[in-house]
Amino acid sequence: MHNVLAVLLCLLLAACGSSSNSPDAAQTQAAVAAFATVQQVFQHLRCQNCHIPGDAPLQFDAGLPHQMGVVRGPAGHGAPGLPCSSCHGEANPPESYGPNAPPGAPHWALPPPEKRMVTKDLSAPALCKMIQDKQENGGRDFAALLKHVSEDKLVLWGWNPGGNRAPVPVPHAEFVAKFKTWSDAGGPCPAS
Amino acid sequence: MNARFDSSRRDFLKQGALTGGALVVAFFVPGAHRLAQATEAPAEFAPNAFLRISADESIRVLLAHSEMGQGIWTALPMLIAEELDADWSKIQVEHAPAAPAYFANGMPMQFTGGSMSTWTEFERYRQAGAMARALLIQAAAQRFKRKPADCRTENGYVIVGEERASYGTLAPAAAKLAPPKTVALKEPKDWKLIGQPTKRLDSPEKINGSARFGMDVQFDGLLTAVVARGPVFGATVRAFDATATRQVPGVRDVVQVPSGVAVIADHFWAAKRGRDALRVDWDLGAGAALDSDAVRTDFLAKAATEGLVATQAGDAAATLSGAAKRIEAEYSVPFLAHAPMEPLNCTVKIDADLCEVWTGTQFQTMDQAAAARITGLKPEQVQIHTLFLGGGFGRRATPTSDFVVEAVHVAKAAGKPVKTVWTREDDIRGGYYRPAFVHKAEIAIGDDGKPAAWRQRIVGQSILGNSPFKMMIKNGIDATSVEGVADSPYIKDLANHRVELHSPELPVPVLWLRSVGHTHTAFVMESLIDELAHAAGKDPLDYRRDLLQQHARHLGVLNLAAEKAGWGTPPEKGRARGLAVHESFGSYAAQVAEVSLQGGEIRVHRVVCAVDCGIAVNPAGITAQMESGIVFGLSAALFGNLTLRKGEVQQSNYHDYRVLRMNQTPQIEVHIVPSTAKPGGIGEVGVPPLAAAVANALFALTGKRQRNLPLSAA
Amino acid sequence: MVSLNLNGKTAQFDVPDDMPLLWVIRDVAHLTGTKFGCGMAQCGACTVHVDGSPLRACITPVAAVAGKAITTIEGLSPDASHPVQRAWAELDVVQCGYCQSGQIMSAVALLKAKPDPTDADIDAALSGNICRCGTYQRIRAAVHRAAELAKT
Repeated sequence: MHNVLAVLLCLLLAACGSSSNSPDAAQTQAAVAAFATVQQVFQHLRCQNCHIPGDAPLQFDAGLPHQMGVVRGPAGHGAPGLPCSSCHGEANPPESYGPNAPPGAPHWALPPPEKRMVTKDLSAPALCKMIQDKQENGGRDFAALLKHVSEDKLVLWGWNPGGNRAPVPVPHAEFVAKFKTWSDAGGPCPAS
Repeated sequence: MNARFDSSRRDFLKQGALTGGALVVAFFVPGAHRLAQATEAPAEFAPNAFLRISADESIRVLLAHSEMGQGIWTALPMLIAEELDADWSKIQVEHAPAAPAYFANGMPMQFTGGSMSTWTEFERYRQAGAMARALLIQAAAQRFKRKPADCRTENGYVIVGEERASYGTLAPAAAKLAPPKTVALKEPKDWKLIGQPTKRLDSPEKINGSARFGMDVQFDGLLTAVVARGPVFGATVRAFDATATRQVPGVRDVVQVPSGVAVIADHFWAAKRGRDALRVDWDLGAGAALDSDAVRTDFLAKAATEGLVATQAGDAAATLSGAAKRIEAEYSVPFLAHAPMEPLNCTVKIDADLCEVWTGTQFQTMDQAAAARITGLKPEQVQIHTLFLGGGFGRRATPTSDFVVEAVHVAKAAGKPVKTVWTREDDIRGGYYRPAFVHKAEIAIGDDGKPAAWRQRIVGQSILGNSPFKMMIKNGIDATSVEGVADSPYIKDLANHRVELHSPELPVPVLWLRSVGHTHTAFVMESLIDELAHAAGKDPLDYRRDLLQQHARHLGVLNLAAEKAGWGTPPEKGRARGLAVHESFGSYAAQVAEVSLQGGEIRVHRVVCAVDCGIAVNPAGITAQMESGIVFGLSAALFGNLTLRKGEVQQSNYHDYRVLRMNQTPQIEVHIVPSTAKPGGIGEVGVPPLAAAVANALFALTGKRQRNLPLSAA
Repeated sequence: MVSLNLNGKTAQFDVPDDMPLLWVIRDVAHLTGTKFGCGMAQCGACTVHVDGSPLRACITPVAAVAGKAITTIEGLSPDASHPVQRAWAELDVVQCGYCQSGQIMSAVALLKAKPDPTDADIDAALSGNICRCGTYQRIRAAVHRAAELAKT
């Protein structure tokens, strides 16, 4: 249900929230092309496992339901009594702990319930709208979004996930560059 | 030398004197690095091997069996205290040393298994209490110059007229009296403790962290070992390079032992890091060819051929070939690991004339003999200190004493006291699994819809084969492979039946797992009965009632469970119920499971269980064990699946060898059938019916019959 | 050298920075109530509290908690009088007992965050703790009982 609602919401926003600073067509085209990379990263399992509809995060490269009945909780930090930080520390554990020890990064969490920032299973246009929707993205404008994807340690973890986990396949610098290309053009969305 | 362990009072006291010093168990006191010593207190009244009464009023009960969660730490003392009329608050409990005095009734060994502790000790532990009471009365009679017949006992006192004396004050005098051979026991109507729900005596130490498990043994000079074992079963060390290992801080030694290469260090983590750095060249051997899928295929092929006969009557084949209606079905179950919460471990200290072993074990006598063999000492020079078991489920009852043998080898090679610790991965991959099994059943159905002839072939590794218990195999039949089928009332009641067995050999070490053969036979039998009921168009409860008319105790639990579960009333929308009834270990259990499918997963909402175990010694413990068995059975039914590829076990820890968690746990209700029959087993009895009850409920829900475990939500 | 505050007492431990807290607690500080079950935060037997929050000690490098207040089962109460321990005794929760230190520490953490938990809250907070003896149903009941006891 959440998926459907999110898509509907995005379609509505797409209809009424048209461009503000009218970039030229070439820039828009390049930005839309760049968005493909943005999408690839946002919907990579490393990111998407926690950007889920509902309240149950996923885990592993297979995107299986997180064991232990882990839930988003009242603030995205897990259930009262079982915060994410019980198992996910500030950094990946030393390699000597084995490939299956839980990974870690600062403020390991899901998005909070009131701003779920769902990326899982969204179409490209819907994802594109969601990312720039301040109602959904934690009130971030493009500058804040760019800073988030460039510097946030939990985001950066996706490129250094430790263990046998597949890292985000696009180099981080390339992703940031593409994100900038896209956001500089005002975040134009692909038609499909 | 055995006289030293004779259970008679004089010799037992002598044993105390002989070993008093050696019984010292030294542990670190948490927080303070000093040794605490538990020594033999003087002036003890020890009327037999199971009981000591001290002048300070404490009553120590020595357990001939191991506490691994099943509650004998409470049930056996109840038996003694009942006949002793003891003050329950004064009871202290400890594991007995390994000695012939503690051999299980009628068997030449001290062990815990087969759901036997309570019922096999029902006479002996009551006698132990009654005998002590008789001597205390005699001592009181002498003190007060009255006849024993004038004395009565109550709550730790002997009372004569207006006079009373506590057991503690009578203990020194009682210790000088010769114990009677046997004493009359109370009539059941006079029982004050037996039958009363009684709280566990081991609860206080298990909720404040002070309970000692094998893993918790620590003393000055003790090192820890982690062993590199072969990647496939039967692999042997060709060569190893420990250069990097020896550079790991804290690593003290690297020694080769028959099972692999042990890294010995100041603590677990250094040993584990040292093992990570170790390079071992393994000769894999034949085990490298093992594949669990191929094993199953091979077993299915064998099930099509004639096996050794486990039981047979009439001519099942003839009836089957002439039958107008019949069902034929193949069932299979995978290998299972026990995965107790406490990974295997064993601490060994070897001196010139004494080998001490600290571990959580179900098999003291086997372990003692094994340690003696390796050290060259006599069995009585090996002391087994049994600690609490962090779960056993059969894994700590290894006929080969695998984890003890290895630890003794490690300590011997190191020349120092060593605790050998298994990681969880070692534990999951270490073998001794519940064997994989295939069943093939062919059942002729009569005009009345009931089975007319029954042929069943069972294929799976023998647990007793390749073990010191091989002599228990009769005519090629390992009873643990066919229990629950060869003795099934559904089959035995038929004039024409035949149960056959194939016991192929594989390099995978196999072992009993909680409820042993019943883990698979109950699933198969109770699923087949459900298939037959469906084929006959009958309600599964009515169909069973009809077949079990001559089996009152089966019927008793079946009817009680069905009634309490509301069988026949519609369940909540989207849910369905299934039931199963099974006899095991001298007791009877029926379960009704209520299930649904939610989000691609099987959800078991409720399990109602009825059990008849004869006299219910501690109903609180029985309820707990049934809850426990249901959760254990559900873990296996939903998740249990240990697989091998190229000889390597594919699972390693709880993330890929899943077990039930709280959020998957159903609401469980347990009802005990009142009974005056002799006590039966309880620790394993709750496991067998569960998988079938759930599978049958899934059939009722989806119309799809699941014949393989673990069950599938698809 | 790592400085740890264990159950209110500060001590120095000569261990590598990356040694798991669990093994420092068990093998160096000799507090054995905190258990080793899986070594990868799957079973919860090693649960301790760090600055009041639950933590799986088996996957926490000791250096990460240097100077923080660590509470183990031994430090929960001097006499097993914590409401959770009382409830555990009252409802006869334990069986083999190996997982129960971790179960109790998780339950304490839950009640701290949510003094009146529902069954769903209890499931969410304690499904990270495995019990092979299957005491889950009693744990659920005991957490409710502990919530009551905490108010009296």
